[in-house]
Amino acid sequence: MAKSRLETGAVLDGFTIGQLIHRGGMASLWEVTQADDPTPCLMKIPVLQEGEDPAAIVSFEMEQMIMPRLRGPHVPRHIANGDFAVQPYIVMERLAGETLLPQIDHVPMPAEKVAAIGAGLADAVEALHRQGVIHLDIKPSNIMFRPTGETVLIDYGLAHHRGLPDLLQEEFRLPYGTAPYMAPEQVMGIRSDPRSDIFAIGCLMYFFATGVRPFGDPQKLKGLKQRLWRDPVPPRKLKPDLPPWFQEIVLRCLEVKAGRRYPTPAQLAHDLRNPDQVQLTARAGKLAKDGFFAVLKRKGEPPRSLIDRPPEREAEASDAPIVAAAINLDDMTPDLADKLRRTLLRILERSPDARLAVLNVLKLNRIAMDQTLDEQGNNKHVQRLVELKDWARPMKVAQGRVTFHVLEAFDPAESILDYARVNNVDHIVMGARANSTMRKILGGVSGKVAAEAPCSVTVVRNRDTES
Amino acid sequence: MRIGIISDVHANALALEACLAALERLDAGRIVILGDVVGYGPDPESVTQRVAGLVSQGAICLMGNHDAAAVGARASMNGTAAAAIAWTKPRLSDGSRHFLASLPLTAELEDVLFVHADASNPAGWNYVLDAATAMQSLLAVKARVTFVGHVHRPQVYCLTATAKVIAHTPVTGTAVPLSPQRQWLAVAGAVGQPRDGNPAASFMTYDTAARELTFHRATYDYEATAQRIRDAGLPERLAERLITGI
Repeated sequence: MAKSRLETGAVLDGFTIGQLIHRGGMASLWEVTQADDPTPCLMKIPVLQEGEDPAAIVSFEMEQMIMPRLRGPHVPRHIANGDFAVQPYIVMERLAGETLLPQIDHVPMPAEKVAAIGAGLADAVEALHRQGVIHLDIKPSNIMFRPTGETVLIDYGLAHHRGLPDLLQEEFRLPYGTAPYMAPEQVMGIRSDPRSDIFAIGCLMYFFATGVRPFGDPQKLKGLKQRLWRDPVPPRKLKPDLPPWFQEIVLRCLEVKAGRRYPTPAQLAHDLRNPDQVQLTARAGKLAKDGFFAVLKRKGEPPRSLIDRPPEREAEASDAPIVAAAINLDDMTPDLADKLRRTLLRILERSPDARLAVLNVLKLNRIAMDQTLDEQGNNKHVQRLVELKDWARPMKVAQGRVTFHVLEAFDPAESILDYARVNNVDHIVMGARANSTMRKILGGVSGKVAAEAPCSVTVVRNRDTES
Repeated sequence: MRIGIISDVHANALALEACLAALERLDAGRIVILGDVVGYGPDPESVTQRVAGLVSQGAICLMGNHDAAAVGARASMNGTAAAAIAWTKPRLSDGSRHFLASLPLTAELEDVLFVHADASNPAGWNYVLDAATAMQSLLAVKARVTFVGHVHRPQVYCLTATAKVIAHTPVTGTAVPLSPQRQWLAVAGAVGQPRDGNPAASFMTYDTAARELTFHRATYDYEATAQRIRDAGLPERLAERLITGI
């Protein structure tokens, strides 16, 4: 087969080999350039030796299959693949800066900083899941950042693509992943549950906030399997100043049964960005590991019964949309309000894992200085929040499924669009402006949102009020 | 070159035309038909003539077990299939009978093998239904890529470095790269009688340069074909399953 003896200055398939950047156990990384383009790229060359673990080869094959199919700012841009018969390689965009790995020298970090890292990471994982790919090896050394701020996931050697044959599936006996971050179902050899990535994000946040790895770094299968029945020390026990919301989020990510974790990375990111709206459960207040008998009971059960089966179809996995209801409290008839609520309920009933974010835009005045307090001295922001909750009350949506947000902005449409972009909203539901004369003069907010939204938009209109 | 691969047309003219139109849009330069041109469906003569026309223009067509039975070979078939063959036989012209009788069991293009059923014994008409039967086919051939039909449900199998078989249920429209360092076997869906729960006609394209395999669906008026099956007096079950796709 191929030989991985390359040297600086050599030319391979039009790529001029530059400096060796890194030589690892699985692959070496070289800086390369193309004749017509001075932009430096990265060439990844697998280490292939006789008697080498065949998994290394298969993993490189998988990466060659998956990387060209990925798009967007959260992955390195793929440029070329080298043929296995001659010299296997992958050429990709070279990202500036370093991975998140050196940051482990600075743990523990404050909860707010970890939440920000976690939210950016969840955005990247969401973008990947939407392309049918599960990363399955989320860890600090596989995380980089663009100068524009986006988190980038690198190394797709263990990834699973929904539309492609999984060559790692039944090939080898040991589970693939990185011990401290591997989800329980991954330990059991399941490679098709997107929520395994959410577990890994939870491990990373736990580690960065406490300085301790939740499940240590076991090197044997027996040690890896412990996480199926032995729960980690609650983060607040290790670091009492961590807020309850943070522990709630992290322990939810670390649930053994995938069905009890966040259904999507987008919902996780949303909680990380709205800590005051996180619904606290028993997880938030937990200060000790589960008792001896509870653990003993779990240990006695067959491992397969402790984990959830992966979703069978992609549709089930992704049927956890974030629905944003943009509510204009100043311009809504009772009829329209009722119709909006019924529309929302229909959507929520069809998707039991859906999250509802109820939004209101508090319009800022461009000319006059804005007063946070009204004439009676009430805080406008808080008042709006109270009104929004009252508006949503008849829907009787369970706490924890619904959050309320007052956005302060000059341009209502733009602020709704911005919210949808930042939070990976799947569906915006909003009312049409009741007064058609006003709509003609001002232009509809709903019209602009519908035209420019990154997702589906439902505009609810009351037939009777339109004449 | 992009090869359009269709299988199990089963005398369903509307489904065949839908696939051929789609293959033209996809710019397929060569057409391969993996057998079972007739049987089950209401249009044996017109479909055979259409396929014969394609072959005269360079297409490859293999023999399937229904084609063999329709030209007189002894066959072990279930009641419905046998009833359809009995109905089909007198409706084929001499020319069509000669055409079907002349079809080969296998064909090769570069490192690709085409065969209707299990490649280890093409005339045995055994089904490639799971990893074990796929392994049997894969071990019997030298070709890097083997295409079979007969099963009516799309599936991809791959022989790994450790001599295990991985099964993959393809996603319509997602290209699967068939890496040259391992052996692959793809089971075609059916044009004329899909059984994977989707009544739309199933077919594939294979790009020989990129080594990429893509499964496609072409919908057609299956209610109309079902009605023609009923009008012909063929078993009702054959009409029903075109609509349910099972």
